[in-house]
Amino acid sequence: MAAGPAPALAAAPAHSLRAGIIDALIAAFIALAIAAPIIGLRTVSLEGGLALTTRWGAVAIAVAVVFAGRLALTLLWWPRHKPARRDSAGRRLLARARDSGLAERAMLLLAPALLIFAIALPATPFADRYVLDIGILVLTYIMLGWGLNIVVGLAGLLDLGYVAFYAVGAYSYALLATHFGLSFWICLPLAGFLAAMWGLILGFPVLRLRGDYLAIVTLAFGEIIRIVLLNWYDLTNGPDGISRIPRPSFFGLEFDRGEGGFAAFFGIGYSSDHRIVFLYYLILALALLTNFVTLRLRRLPVGRAWEALREDEIACRSLGINTTATKLTAFATGAMFGGFAGSFFATRQGFISPESFVFLESALVLAIVVLGGLGSQIGVVIAALVMIGGFELFREFEQYRMLVFGFAIVLIMVWRPRGIIASRTPSIFLKERKSIGAESVGEGRG
Amino acid sequence: MEYFVQQLINGLTLGSIYGLIAIGYTMVYGIIGMINFAHGDIFMIGAFVALIALIAIGLTAGAGLVIVILALLLALLIAMALTAIYGWTVERFAYRPLRTSFRLAPLITAIGMSIVLQNFVQVTQGARVKPLQPIVTGGYEIMRTTTEHGEFIVLVSNIQILIILTTVLLMAVFALIIARTPLGRAQRACEQDRTMAALLGINVDRTISLTFVIGAALASVAGLMYLLYYGVIDFFIGFVAGIKAFTAAVLGGIGSLPGAMLGGLIIGLIETFWSAYFTIEYKDVAAFSILVVVLIFMPSGLLGRPEVEKV
Repeated sequence: MAAGPAPALAAAPAHSLRAGIIDALIAAFIALAIAAPIIGLRTVSLEGGLALTTRWGAVAIAVAVVFAGRLALTLLWWPRHKPARRDSAGRRLLARARDSGLAERAMLLLAPALLIFAIALPATPFADRYVLDIGILVLTYIMLGWGLNIVVGLAGLLDLGYVAFYAVGAYSYALLATHFGLSFWICLPLAGFLAAMWGLILGFPVLRLRGDYLAIVTLAFGEIIRIVLLNWYDLTNGPDGISRIPRPSFFGLEFDRGEGGFAAFFGIGYSSDHRIVFLYYLILALALLTNFVTLRLRRLPVGRAWEALREDEIACRSLGINTTATKLTAFATGAMFGGFAGSFFATRQGFISPESFVFLESALVLAIVVLGGLGSQIGVVIAALVMIGGFELFREFEQYRMLVFGFAIVLIMVWRPRGIIASRTPSIFLKERKSIGAESVGEGRG
Repeated sequence: MEYFVQQLINGLTLGSIYGLIAIGYTMVYGIIGMINFAHGDIFMIGAFVALIALIAIGLTAGAGLVIVILALLLALLIAMALTAIYGWTVERFAYRPLRTSFRLAPLITAIGMSIVLQNFVQVTQGARVKPLQPIVTGGYEIMRTTTEHGEFIVLVSNIQILIILTTVLLMAVFALIIARTPLGRAQRACEQDRTMAALLGINVDRTISLTFVIGAALASVAGLMYLLYYGVIDFFIGFVAGIKAFTAAVLGGIGSLPGAMLGGLIIGLIETFWSAYFTIEYKDVAAFSILVVVLIFMPSGLLGRPEVEKV
């Protein structure tokens, strides 16, 4: 853990072997201090209370790994990669321009390629139920990421409670469908509308707040909604959740074996995969809708106002932009898409409980947005694919995968502090569209 | 009345623990302007190191007062030292490489580190709750009344006295460090203007590292107190306590040290009184609602400096 790719500890010339070994020894010593109590001594419950068992072997391995890793970093990796960092500012700018030029060209191809892949996926031979399930999951997070991108990436408002709107959407659909028997297609816009209303309600009091005050208040709202869902037993059934949420139908055709079912109507054999494929295309369409609306909104006055707000709130106000209305629309629009995603989640799972709407989900979606590159639509897709898809790959290592996941977030961020896609294409341009480095784009300040 | 006094004592105890954690948040925020989401988990690590140290020392139930005090002190020192190393490492590994980066980057790595620390402890120590036999027992009776339901006795337990005294003592020492020592001066300088401080010969990286070290050490004290007070910990305690402490820091005005303590006490009292007089399920909602209401009317917290908008 002590070995971070930052230059400060390596003040001594990194090439010299002796300095490298001393440096690695220090890192190993720190690793020892960290590993010895928590890894080395395990608390086990006995009859008379807790007792300790030792695992010094694991500690030795951890320390050795840190020592070797740090030594390899100082001797092999940094001498080759550091000089680039010490370049003149001009060179770095050039390199960045070259990078972003490449990235731009790659992006032009990447987006359609990914889209075609996403559309064709269910038809490919390896698309079994498992793959489609992961695809649905990834697409759900892409949609949430795109929704949150409106709030954080475009309007620059740091929202740590996005999961609240997801929860509102899910519970709206679940309650409307189970109590009033409304169909998915009626509930979907209703859920989005209700979530947007909640966005407005939560948005109003926080408008005066800036930056991190906004962050903590949105976090607080997220927790409040979760706690209310957990304890309002009469309405939400508390921790037991709501089960038997109706599945969506294909324009009125249910996915069942019966006479009027989907399979019978089209005269094909019944397969339980039909519903999965349908759900897959449903979330794909919803996600693409989110993307499309966001891209169009960016060109409308309100979208430009969002981006202007992100860059400089005072300048915005002095130019006569109504910052209150602008922030509220951003909040409400983001919330609406969160609500859509929520009602999709409810209909896919068939069962929801407050457990699905914890802070970790908000953090995860925010991490996807920031790791992808704030404001970048394709970045969200890549980040969601890497994080959620990668997370699923580690399914066998149930215990360790969250640990790896956390490390991955840290390492990706340290590797690319501006996110995976670190260049922006401006919404408005004169004559020629040029992509710019993300360094020159403002960030969420609230 | 007696019930009120009892709840007041309980609330102050809880508030002291929150306050100690909140200082770590507010100090880091003051100096580098980031929300250290992993701080709640540093508190959890502190509690675990203290638990392991206490078991390793092997304190038996019938030990004399002097031995108990010595054992607690030893466990406290071990927990503070090792947790401080955790705090230092987290800063070095996840935050320092992003020092010059944009504002949200360290926030995301902090969330990442929080996930890492939680799951690190879950993997190595198991997910089950860890109970500890009460070490500090006994207390004083300060009020007694007879009502129709029977006798009501207001008790101050020794552990409550210990927690409140330790907090007051640590706060005094800490305030002295900030006000009088070269380190405190360097911290205040970095808080005002990091570039200028560096130009004047202050080692900014070292100052920030020490800020994390102090914050982690105080959090580990809170961890030990939590362990002794509730007698049971698990790998997830850092999340709730961290959010409450962060709420406390924001409520008091983030960046302000007395504010953190005040916010901690207020949150502790609200929670306790709400649980005592209303419903225990909604105590967190009450605490968060107070935060929202305070921030609506005082956007920079109770004791925070109003933010200056520069063009």
